[in-house]
Amino acid sequence: MLELIEGHYAYFFLMLLFMIGMYAMMMKKNLMKKIMGMSMIQSATIMVWIVSAYKDGGTIPVLDPNIPLDNPDLYLNPLPHTLMLTAIVVAVVTLGVSFALAVSIYRNYNTLNENELLDRTKEQ
Amino acid sequence: MIAQNSPALIPVLYLLAAIIIPITGYFRTGSAFYVALLTSAAVFAVSLLGLQEVLTNGAISYHLAGWMPPLGIELILDPLSAFISLLISFSALMVIIYAKENVAMELPEKVMPFYSVSMLLLGGLAGMTVTGDLFNLYVFLEIAAIAGYALLAIGNKRAPFSAFRYLTLGTAGASFYLMGVAFIFISTGTLNMADIAAVLPGVKDQTAVIVGLVLIVLGLVVKMGVFPVHQWLPDAYTYASSTATVLIAPIGTKVAAYVLIRVLTIYEFPTFIQTLTWVAAASIIAGSILAIAQKDIKRMLAYSSVANIGYITLGITLANPLAFIGALMHILNHAMMKLVLFMAAGGILNKMGTLSMSRMRGFPTVMPLTTFAFIIALLSMVGIPPTGGFFSKIYLLLGAIETQSWFFVFAILLSTLLAVVYLFRFINIAFFRPYEKSDDKKITQSSELTLAFGQVSPDQSPKEFESMKRNEMSLLMLIPILIVAIGIILVGVFNGTIIQNLLNLAIPDFLWPA
Repeated sequence: MLELIEGHYAYFFLMLLFMIGMYAMMMKKNLMKKIMGMSMIQSATIMVWIVSAYKDGGTIPVLDPNIPLDNPDLYLNPLPHTLMLTAIVVAVVTLGVSFALAVSIYRNYNTLNENELLDRTKEQ
Repeated sequence: MIAQNSPALIPVLYLLAAIIIPITGYFRTGSAFYVALLTSAAVFAVSLLGLQEVLTNGAISYHLAGWMPPLGIELILDPLSAFISLLISFSALMVIIYAKENVAMELPEKVMPFYSVSMLLLGGLAGMTVTGDLFNLYVFLEIAAIAGYALLAIGNKRAPFSAFRYLTLGTAGASFYLMGVAFIFISTGTLNMADIAAVLPGVKDQTAVIVGLVLIVLGLVVKMGVFPVHQWLPDAYTYASSTATVLIAPIGTKVAAYVLIRVLTIYEFPTFIQTLTWVAAASIIAGSILAIAQKDIKRMLAYSSVANIGYITLGITLANPLAFIGALMHILNHAMMKLVLFMAAGGILNKMGTLSMSRMRGFPTVMPLTTFAFIIALLSMVGIPPTGGFFSKIYLLLGAIETQSWFFVFAILLSTLLAVVYLFRFINIAFFRPYEKSDDKKITQSSELTLAFGQVSPDQSPKEFESMKRNEMSLLMLIPILIVAIGIILVGVFNGTIIQNLLNLAIPDFLWPA
C-alpha cells in the first residue's frame, strides 16, 4: 500500500481535490459553491497533466548549451504544458459563462439557492 | 483541391463565419443571416465533395500547418466522419433557413449574437467530427459545449437555470474526458488516435489505460444524455428558444455518440463495454416511460431523445456489424426526425401559442402541411415502413438477435410499443377530437346541464365549434421541414444504397467476424 502512495503523492492529492470538487458540485445548494467545485475539478485535471510532465532533475525545455542533447531525461516534457495552456483558457471561458448564467438566474429569481430555484421553477 | 482540403475547411469555415458575423452584423444586423446561410451552404457543398472524394479515393488525412502526425494534429475524413459531417452540415443548412423568421420573432434583439454563436457551435461539432487527435477533440468539444450553453440560456425565464445545470454537468463530463486523456497520454505518450491504436496492444492491460478509457466513456455518456445522467437534457431543451433547440437537439448528442464510436474503435471494442449496453437498454426503456408522462411536446421529444440515444449506444456497444449499421442509420434517422419534430414544434408554438399536448385539437386544420411533416416524423420515430426509422430499428434488432441477447431485443420492441403510446396520443388529440371544446373556451349552459346529469357523454352534447382558420407557417420555415420530411422517406426507401456504399465502409475491420 505504501509503495503505491510513495512517489505518487501529487496524484493522490489531486484526486482528493477532484473528489472535493465533485462533492461541492453535487451536494452544495448555492450555485456559487457549485461553480467553485466545478473550478476545482478543472484545476485538478489540469494539474494532473502538469504533474505527469515532471521529471526528477529535469529542467525547462529550453535548449541549454551546458546540457547535452542526447539525454531527453534532462528536459521536462513541454507538450502537457502547452496543452494545458489551452485547457486553462477553456476553464476560464467556462467560468465566465457560468458566472454570466448565475447573474441572469439571480436577476430572474433573486436567489442562488438551488432548492428555492427548483421550487420556484416548478410552481409556475 | 477543395476536396483534398475538406477536413480542414469544414470546421474552419464555420469558425470563420463566427468571427465575420459580428463584424458585418455591427454595421447591418440583417447581414448576419446571409453570412450564416452562405457558410452553411458552402460547408454542405464541401462535405459533399469530401464525401465523394472519400468514396472514390479513400480517407483524406489533413496535417494542420504541415506538421506530420503523430507530432502534429491530424484531421481525418474517412467514410464515418464524412457521413457525420455531411449530416451536421445538412441539418445546419436546414436550421439556418428555418431560423431567419423564427429568430427575428423570438429573439429580435439578439439576432446577430445568435447566428455567431450557432456558427461557433457548428464549428465545434464539425471539428469533433473530423479531428484525429484526442486533445484537439477536447478543445472542439468545449467550443461546442460552451456555445451550446450560451444558446440554450436564451429562452424563457427558466432557461438560464436549466442551462446552468447543463453547464455544471457538461463541464464535469468534459473534465472526466480530459482526465481520461491524461491517463492515456501518460501510458502511451501520444495523442494521435491512430498512433494510440498502434501503441495500445503493448500497454492494454495497464490499469491507467483502462481507467483512462472508463473516464473518457463516462465523460461522453454525460454529453450524450444517456439515462442516469440525462437530467440536464429535458429542461435545457424545453425552456430554450425553439431555434436553439432545433439547432442543438438533432446533432449535439449524436456527435458525442460518434466520438464514443471513435474512442471505442481505438480500443477495438473491449469486452467490458457490455456494461454500457445495459445502461443503453435502461436508457431506452426509461426514456420511453418518462416521455409518456409529459404534457409538453418539446419535453416529450426531449425524453424520446434520451430513449433514442439509448438505441444508438446499444447499437454501438453490441459490437457487431449489423448493430453498428443500425446505430449509424439511427444517428441519421433520429437527427432527421428530431429536425422535423422540433422545427414543427417551434412553428406550433408561434402559430398556436402553446406547446401543451392537450391544446393540439384542430392542429391539422390550422397547419395541414406541418402536420403532414410531423406525422411522417412520428411514424419514423415509431418505426413504420417505409420511413427511415423502421430500417434502423430492424438493423438494431438483427444485431441484437445475432448476439442472442434477447433482453435487448425485448427492450427495443417494448420501447417501440411505448413510442406508439406517447406519439400516437398526439395523433389522437389532433385528429380525432378536433371539435371538442378546448379548456380555454367558454362553457355554454347546455353543456353544464349535461355534465350535471352525467348521463350523456360530452361528445353528444350540442357543440358550438368555431371552425379554425388556416394559419400555416411561412414558406421559408415550411420548406426545410418538408425537405427533411421527404428526406426521411427517401432514406427509408434507399436505405440499401446508403448502407452498401457508405456505412459498410465505415464499420471498423475488427468488427467483422473472422
